[in-house]
Amino acid sequence: MIELDGLTKRFGNKVAVDHLSCRIRPGMVTGFLGPNGAGKSTTMRMMLDLDNPTGGSVRIDGKHYRELQEPLKHIGALLDAKSMHGGRSAYNNLLCLAQSNRIPASRVSHVLDTVGLSAVAGKKSKGFSLGMGQRLGIAAALLGDPEILMFDEPVNGLDPEGIHWIRNLMKALASDGRTIFVSSHLMSEMALTADHLIVIGQGRLLADTSMADFIQENSRSYVRMRSPEQERLRDALHSAGIVAVEAGNGTLEIDAATTEQLGEFAAGHGIVLHELSSQRASLEEAFMQMTAGSVEYHAHSDSDGRQPPPVGPHWGDQWNQQAGTAPGDDPKGV
Amino acid sequence: MASVPAVLNSEWTKIRTVSSTTWTLVAAFVVTVAMGAALSALLNAQFDDLSDAERATFDPTYVGFSGMILGQLAMVVFGVLVVGTEYSSGMIRTSLAAVPQRGSFLFSKIAVAGALALLVGLATSFVTFFLSQALLGDHSTDIGADNVLRAVFGGGVYMGLIAVFSMGVATMLRSSMLSLGILMPFFFLVSQILSAVPGAKSVARYFPDQAGSKIMQVVPDAMNSDPAPYGPWSGLGIMALWVVAALIGGYLVLKERDA
Repeated sequence: MIELDGLTKRFGNKVAVDHLSCRIRPGMVTGFLGPNGAGKSTTMRMMLDLDNPTGGSVRIDGKHYRELQEPLKHIGALLDAKSMHGGRSAYNNLLCLAQSNRIPASRVSHVLDTVGLSAVAGKKSKGFSLGMGQRLGIAAALLGDPEILMFDEPVNGLDPEGIHWIRNLMKALASDGRTIFVSSHLMSEMALTADHLIVIGQGRLLADTSMADFIQENSRSYVRMRSPEQERLRDALHSAGIVAVEAGNGTLEIDAATTEQLGEFAAGHGIVLHELSSQRASLEEAFMQMTAGSVEYHAHSDSDGRQPPPVGPHWGDQWNQQAGTAPGDDPKGV
Repeated sequence: MASVPAVLNSEWTKIRTVSSTTWTLVAAFVVTVAMGAALSALLNAQFDDLSDAERATFDPTYVGFSGMILGQLAMVVFGVLVVGTEYSSGMIRTSLAAVPQRGSFLFSKIAVAGALALLVGLATSFVTFFLSQALLGDHSTDIGADNVLRAVFGGGVYMGLIAVFSMGVATMLRSSMLSLGILMPFFFLVSQILSAVPGAKSVARYFPDQAGSKIMQVVPDAMNSDPAPYGPWSGLGIMALWVVAALIGGYLVLKERDA
């Protein structure tokens, strides 16, 4: 269990993390989501007592990080892939960490085996690829067999096999009852791994919700219909009072009906259908809408002719207000 | 609190598993011994060419330590790299996550690296002494003579302190490049030049290397050097104050700044 209480970090006038309060619970993977520059890494560094908070506090199992005896046995963290001495072998990099926390040397070989680096244990880590560096960092996090694990963007630099591996690893660790806290800027990645979501933008809490609720609330589901008798279908729907939106490519999108109802409706009117499918708006879109008001580094998309994502201040604002009035609660009803 | 013996053990592993430790310490040993031996042999051959004043204050022990001016630079590199590579590699964040108590972390590191530098320094100074005396022939002195053992032992301590001072500076500056860029020219050029410039001399003699190196002189004002207003032990004390100041500065930076 990790508890953040009003955690705040200012760099000069710039607020990187703004009164962040939340709990990260054991037994599940908690995704920590936010656009680049939202304050995810700063928050994680403060959790490890690497950066001093301007205000607020972090408690790990009720204690401050500095009060932990042999912290690697409580919490393991992967912050970035380049956090080892390049001139030292993978084995020795882990060995000196293990010794500082009185972790037996046998664990070093064990975790190197877990992450698949046994074959290069004696090689200097400066020759490692980004993906191998990431695996070495994960091995370091696992070293003390901690109850809490924290990964900052763990899939960066990993190949598809590696991404698959880390997803399964995180799920397996969570199912042991451990607390898994993993940051990402990719909603799609989180959708596959996280059970719970904490979303921040410009350092502020935008959402603290279960993944299932998030999907429920943020993904619009609709039915797509395509017919060679487009005009007839639209008129029939219209006269039945069903709102259908023309979506290009000769398809219609209907929000307020199921595929069963619409299938029967078309059959009743004797209209031929070429497509009748249930669709969901992507979570990526929902995430972009939620954080649109708080993205720090906007790319200017005028030149490539594409439209920027629809700016929906209403979404983010509503989250903000709810987060502000009731920190830690599941904001619902959006 | 992290267990201090465990942290010392960890720091020892860190030091012995990087190659820079070996080459910097070997360089400190070889340069100091070789240069001291060469100058001893040279002065033995050209003793008669020395000025009267230099002959009157001829200090065979101090002559043997002539190589220290270069050898200490290798000690500076050792000290800087021990701390600086933590920052340049990003290892510092991993290290501090493992040992969050800044004092335990820094002073374990410095204790281990300082002890190693001291051992190598002592080995260097004794080997330097015996080799240079052998090469000085008739002009040599003996380890049993007055103050000679103090000077030889002091030479080892001097090398250890130079390394620890560099560790403190590197902790303050949090960068190997910046620390080397300041310390190397300082010890090799600035301090040497200023101590020869009238006016600047009276300040330069309180620099850590100028004050500390007095411990290696057996004859007062050896080789017709400028008289100092302090003795050998006080000189070493002045150097020790510099070292303590650098360590306090390093500790405060490590404690207050974000890693």
